[in-house]
Amino acid sequence: MATALVDLWGGFAVALEPHNLMWCFAGVIIGNMVGVLPGMGPVATMSILLPLTFGIKPVGAILMLAGILYGAQYGGAICSILLNLPCHPPHAVTCLDGFPLTKQGKGGVALGLSVMGSFVGASWGITEMVFLAPLLVKLALQFGPAEICSLMFLGLLAGSTLARGSPIKGVAMTVLGLLLGIVGTDVQSGVERLTFGIAHLDDGIELVALALGVFGIAEFMSSVNQVMPVNLAYSRVSLKDMRPSKAELKRALPAMFRGTLVGSLCSLIPGTGPTIASFIAYATEKKISRTPEKFGTGMIEGVVAPETSTHSSIQGDFIPTMSLGIPGDAVMALILGALMIQGIVPGPQLIKEHPDIFWGLVASFWIGNILLVLLNVPLIGVWVKLLAIPYKYLYPSALFFVCIGVYAANNDMFQVGETIVIGVFGYVLLRLGFHPAPILLGFVLGPRFEDTFRRALLISHGNIGVFVERPISAFFLGICALLIGTQLYVRLRNRKAKFVNASPGVAEI
Amino acid sequence: MTDEPKRAAASVRNWVRKRDFYAGTLITLIGLVAAVTGPTYRLGTLVQMGPGFMPTALGIVLILLGIIMAVSAMAVAAGEDEDILPEFPQWRGWLCVLAGPVVFIILGTVGGLIPATFGCVFVSAWGDHGATLKSAGVLALVIAAFGVAVFSYLLQVPMPLLTWNP
Repeated sequence: MATALVDLWGGFAVALEPHNLMWCFAGVIIGNMVGVLPGMGPVATMSILLPLTFGIKPVGAILMLAGILYGAQYGGAICSILLNLPCHPPHAVTCLDGFPLTKQGKGGVALGLSVMGSFVGASWGITEMVFLAPLLVKLALQFGPAEICSLMFLGLLAGSTLARGSPIKGVAMTVLGLLLGIVGTDVQSGVERLTFGIAHLDDGIELVALALGVFGIAEFMSSVNQVMPVNLAYSRVSLKDMRPSKAELKRALPAMFRGTLVGSLCSLIPGTGPTIASFIAYATEKKISRTPEKFGTGMIEGVVAPETSTHSSIQGDFIPTMSLGIPGDAVMALILGALMIQGIVPGPQLIKEHPDIFWGLVASFWIGNILLVLLNVPLIGVWVKLLAIPYKYLYPSALFFVCIGVYAANNDMFQVGETIVIGVFGYVLLRLGFHPAPILLGFVLGPRFEDTFRRALLISHGNIGVFVERPISAFFLGICALLIGTQLYVRLRNRKAKFVNASPGVAEI
Repeated sequence: MTDEPKRAAASVRNWVRKRDFYAGTLITLIGLVAAVTGPTYRLGTLVQMGPGFMPTALGIVLILLGIIMAVSAMAVAAGEDEDILPEFPQWRGWLCVLAGPVVFIILGTVGGLIPATFGCVFVSAWGDHGATLKSAGVLALVIAAFGVAVFSYLLQVPMPLLTWNP
């Protein structure tokens, strides 16, 4: 406990170094900006900036990329509450009560309270990280290859089945990602695998090209001419409007704590990211409210609780990523990918070998969140102005950023072409009803998964039963079986219900 | 002639019309490629796994997943949105979004960062129905200036600003 606080103190020293502070600031400001702009997600932005972080030190690079992520969450709330645009999945439910509040002229209050809630949620998530991550590491350091392999399997399965859309399609995307991760020269044997004779693919598919193909080009293809011009009629908000009344504060505070609880619980279950946390938080508020019928007409609880849970869950998601090296979703996969590009091996030894990165990151979360509150409250007018930029100017500019970002990764034009091909493929997948986020998860974990699988079997002399004979590994696989079992049960029950009601609209998160 | 073959044909047509049928087929095909190519890299044994083991195993899993997907498409009634193409296909939009990076590659190789940026933004801007010569041109100029300042001067991306090597 005490050592964690001492380490955290050291982390502040790292995060407050001028250049690290600068990268953190750059990250949160860029994140806040893309969060406000409809049609640009944090994954695409992080991928564009990823190659540009090659030149800076690992600490600064990670601080900035993480800053983009949580900065975008603050921005996303503005977009949902003032414009009714659910452009970022975790903020989709915020629209339900946020926009009615805006129509009643209380958009400022909703924003002010959601910024406050975000800070509360994030603070709790960070505290959790400070104390929980070292504990997890202690546990994980005793794991052998069999345990790590089963744990990765669990992470991959949870990430693909609990995310949006059909579970089986999610699993297919994860396996596809694992397969894409194999492309290139095999480290152990030197054999070129699945390159189909293209010499440029010897080093494998570039992470940035994959991420920007799927989340950049494919995304632009699906939203070109589809993004409606925004309705700015209600979006005049100034600092004065943001101050809540005493009654509103009294209603919002308990909702904040409930949201924090939901978010932190969700972050402990691998695979359930901020989006699911926000849906659960909203449902909880509606359930325990004395006036559930009023939800959807502008209940402040329905804005504050989901926003708070999003932030608490996002900070919590860093725990498995940084302490076990197992990301829960596409954004975490990118953060992990960035670490690997910098030559840092993710896993339980990371905190010990690179304390500056881990504790610097934790400290920068506090600093970044304070910066974001400062940025969002007095400067709200500036962000609102950004909302007015039409999509027809956004996507051509973003396409250029995609091109230069991919080019800068290796100074290689071939990879820009690679991105185009992946983009077309990604769009086909989108149209076929796939959610391509798990591809990144599989891609980043792929090589390590293969390696630990090989080692586990080498140690056990080819006995495949090792995964169930070792108790911890068997425990992880048991959770996997449970996960598949519940999914099958829910699916079969839904199908029955569907036949009875003959209605196709089964709630899909 | 009985109704039986007719009904079977109708249900096959109904099946083939579904999105999940194509999704499953695509996944199966990708799996087939991996499962067929994998063994050419030496499978090895469980103790000493060869480089071909993983691709083959993943390929087989993909084939199974694809078949489950395609077959289960048969079991459910057609949903509302089963079309592969969206309601309003944006051929011009798609073409311009894809042409932008292509122009970037060509002009970037031949002429350097400035023409590449201008060309990429200018061409892709035409994907929007409301684009005019002026709007696309001004946007391309602004982004080109911004790109040079940020990527060339600030971030030092090693790409010549203006050259000529066809």
